[in-house]
Amino acid sequence: KVECREVQTGEGARAVPLAGHVGFDSMPDQLVNKSVNHGFCFNILCVGETGLGKSTLMDTLFNTKFEGEPTQHNQPGVTLKSNTYELQESNVRLKLTVVNTVGFGDQINKEDSYKSIVEFIDAQFEAYLQEELKIKRTLHSYHDTRIHACLYFIAPTGHSLKSLDLVTMKKLDSKVNIIPIVAKSDAISKSELAKFKIKITSELVSNGVQIYQFPTDDESVAEINSTMNSHLPFAVVGSTEEVKIGNKMVKARQYPWGTVQVENENHCDFVKLREMLIRVNMEDLREQTHTRHYELYRRCKLEEMGFKDTDPDSKPFSLQETYEAKRNEFMGELQKKEEEMRQMFVQRVKEKEAELKEAEKELHEKFDRLKKLHQDEKKKLEDKKKSLDDELNMFKQKKTAAELLQNQAQQAGGSTTLKRDKERKK
Amino acid sequence: MSEAVAPDAMVSPAVGVPYGEKAGGPVLDFSYVGIDAILEQMRRKAMKQGFELNIMVVGQSGLGKSTLMNTLFKSKVSRKSVLATAQEKIPKTIEIKSISHDIEEKGVRMKLTVIDTPGFGDQINNENCWQPIMKFINDQYEAYLQEEININRKKRIPDSRVHCCIYFIPPTGHCLRPLDVEFMRRLSKVVNIVPVIAKADTLTLEERDFFKKKIREELRANGIDVYPQKEFDEDAEDRMINEKIREMIPFAVVGSDQEYQVNGRRLLGRKTKWGTIEVENIAHCEFAYLRDLLIRTHMQNIKDITSSIHYEMYRVRRLNENNTVVAHTPPAPLQLTSTGCNSFAMTLPPLQPSTPSISQVG
Repeated sequence: KVECREVQTGEGARAVPLAGHVGFDSMPDQLVNKSVNHGFCFNILCVGETGLGKSTLMDTLFNTKFEGEPTQHNQPGVTLKSNTYELQESNVRLKLTVVNTVGFGDQINKEDSYKSIVEFIDAQFEAYLQEELKIKRTLHSYHDTRIHACLYFIAPTGHSLKSLDLVTMKKLDSKVNIIPIVAKSDAISKSELAKFKIKITSELVSNGVQIYQFPTDDESVAEINSTMNSHLPFAVVGSTEEVKIGNKMVKARQYPWGTVQVENENHCDFVKLREMLIRVNMEDLREQTHTRHYELYRRCKLEEMGFKDTDPDSKPFSLQETYEAKRNEFMGELQKKEEEMRQMFVQRVKEKEAELKEAEKELHEKFDRLKKLHQDEKKKLEDKKKSLDDELNMFKQKKTAAELLQNQAQQAGGSTTLKRDKERKK
Repeated sequence: MSEAVAPDAMVSPAVGVPYGEKAGGPVLDFSYVGIDAILEQMRRKAMKQGFELNIMVVGQSGLGKSTLMNTLFKSKVSRKSVLATAQEKIPKTIEIKSISHDIEEKGVRMKLTVIDTPGFGDQINNENCWQPIMKFINDQYEAYLQEEININRKKRIPDSRVHCCIYFIPPTGHCLRPLDVEFMRRLSKVVNIVPVIAKADTLTLEERDFFKKKIREELRANGIDVYPQKEFDEDAEDRMINEKIREMIPFAVVGSDQEYQVNGRRLLGRKTKWGTIEVENIAHCEFAYLRDLLIRTHMQNIKDITSSIHYEMYRVRRLNENNTVVAHTPPAPLQLTSTGCNSFAMTLPPLQPSTPSISQVG
């Protein structure tokens, strides 16, 4: 038998210089190629009142016409509608899912509006968690539906945030990356817009709402990201219509007094939004969703179910052991419930049986009564018959007796006595 | 609530056509969205995070394992085990030595861990000599699994799983030894094995080809699947590339960390009286193929197979052995169906009572 001795040389790895070209600098390429073959997915949630231009902005951002007609304003509650599209640009395939809040802000009582949104986000986390906890799992090919970015559309009132906005954002900030934007910002003038942005930012800060900050730790993008951070919330205008300006066709909205160009940075922040959301930070948004928001959800969910990491004095619990214990507990409860149900069932059947027996007894009694009645009737009839028979017999006796006398009288006297007898008889 | 709709028809933004060049100004591509910028973002992230690679070398002493590692990574990543005294010559135990290095090339940082197994196959009785190695590999999987199922997880779980195991076959020229077959048979199930013919400069080209053919036949006959495994080929393109590699394994390699002057250039090689063997010359030995396979083209693939196949298999096995199926026989007449034990789900399986029979009551 051979023994094994494991020798590890300390924690820190020592840096070793290379004497020539090894070739592992191709690793990032290998990684990127693998991702390209696999495809990417990105999920955006658009939260905002009906009519703020959410669908139009999505169309403008991704340069396509996504879907159908605008929704009505008479929805009874907030529902979330999600659509998945496959986009391709050069060799990159993107599975884009756009989730829209239908009916947000349309109800008279909006207290529960945020609930369906939170439930939806949690449901996506839950689905991923379930997949991750499976014994036989296919994380590699799992279609990730977790929301990577939440665009919160603020109505361009020019004053401040609505309480619905504050409440909703507060509920969402620990679950998803929130990027607030001022929708239809061509309704506000430049000076009002500056004041509006300041007001919004200060309200968010004073209410402790954590919106997504573009990352500034990587030098190559730190500068642009920190500049953009100061421009939040982005004031956007969306349009899929093209207008001829000079000798070019640009996306714009045409008014009698002028034309608002979507991609003109002096007119609105659309270009900034596109830059930040897609061209610079898409990967970071996905990573934050996975490492921060999802982990938080997972931790809370598992703790809620009673799992613990380590017990200070005993060995670390394995998820499996705790699961077994929970499973037995659940099974026990199941058995108990089953027993209860069975008891109830037996009880009900007994009651029914008793009822039926009662009914049977009644029927028997009725039958007996009827029988007795029938017998009485029969007896009465028989008595009557008997008396009738007696009468008949007496009558017959009398008849024979009379005939006998007549014959005697006939033999003794002549026909006249017969006549007299006949008269007498009559 | 919400419904996830299956992907609609491919919606592709039109590639921009340059407009109005009369002014001679810059041409703006208006329909460019910028989705492909994500590749650059991923690259940046990968460069920042760095990579990890764990290679294990297995083989009898004296086959040139350390030298090959040093040649592969062009640095002293592995110290040659020089056994001095006669007492130390025959080690009573197999050691597993794991040494990590930080190497960098063109901005790409890598944490390379070389796991050496001195003492393997050196005893007289080599029964079960693969056990400590298998245990080590499974221990790494176990460590990763423990980290993964923690409630408070690290942002990036340190990956110490063995990605690749290079197995050194002594250049006998005949066929595989029983020890080789046994070892590879067992370990090909838990780790990617790359067999190489060590010290291949002792074989002529014909001997080498014959040896390789013999080895391939024996591997096939024993059902040993070495890297690249046939069943993990993803598509036709993959299969084509991998078939070419499969026709060449095991690679006949020569290692060297000494440079010699050949034709005016300084090359890694082995100098002998009858000539100098150039390590990186594919006419002399197949070191370059091995290096390309391991490092330049298939490194990511090796890591992927380790994490998504070998590790997952270990995980399934491990989670199933604790999960003893409790046969739940409910008392008649109610029958409860339970979901199959594949599901580790936290939610209760739904109750489904079937219609009971009345005659049994009372």
